[in-house]
Amino acid sequence: MSISVQEEDFDVGAEIDALTAGRVDVGAVASFVGLVRDANEGSGVSAMTLEHYPGMTEQALADIVAEAEARWRLNAVRVIHRYGRLVPGNRIVFVAVAGAHRGEAFAACEFIMDYLKTRAPFWKREETPQGARWVDAREGDAAAAARWGTGGEGGR
Amino acid sequence: MNVKILFFASLREALGTASESYTLPAGGLTVGTLRAELALRGERWQALAPGRNVRAAVNQRMAGPEVELRPGDEVAFFPPVTGG
Repeated sequence: MSISVQEEDFDVGAEIDALTAGRVDVGAVASFVGLVRDANEGSGVSAMTLEHYPGMTEQALADIVAEAEARWRLNAVRVIHRYGRLVPGNRIVFVAVAGAHRGEAFAACEFIMDYLKTRAPFWKREETPQGARWVDAREGDAAAAARWGTGGEGGR
Repeated sequence: MNVKILFFASLREALGTASESYTLPAGGLTVGTLRAELALRGERWQALAPGRNVRAAVNQRMAGPEVELRPGDEVAFFPPVTGG
């Protein structure tokens, strides 16, 4: 697995190429890119700032990927999450999973995103015409993580 | 006999502080009792009161209220996460 928590943008094509470079056992790569939207909860969003918990963030992402690797036979996993100030259209998060077949690649990619949403310590603060506001966690995110069977928020 | 406490995001803003050093009492302390102790400090600290949606981590792993704190631990309190 390879995990990066960074301010800089990333190149989706280059990341996918790197995941499969020099190997011929990969039959499928599933990837997800999360972007900043220009609207949320009925308000325009001109920018957002992502805060995170340095140290725990990397550990939490590594734990999530390790759990995916325990559930499915995967060839390689790449996760990138940005922090700092971003504007609509900017990329926030990237998850790519390489496997022998599409089934495990699709499933593991979605699993990693669902768990990341409820376990990785990032917080979004949006700038709107009404002022800045912290984004509230969504009920739907916890439900999405819970459907994988062990709940969205692990204990110690 | 100290632990380091960190606060993040809206909780850090509400409390007006990002971190502190806290001396553990002789009888020890759990995450839940530490949170309850902090909530007693005054109005701002009600952000940690029971019923408020607060999560905790110990040594950078999610932790429930029952987890016992040991000297040198890093405890963090924060709102539910919203990354991705």
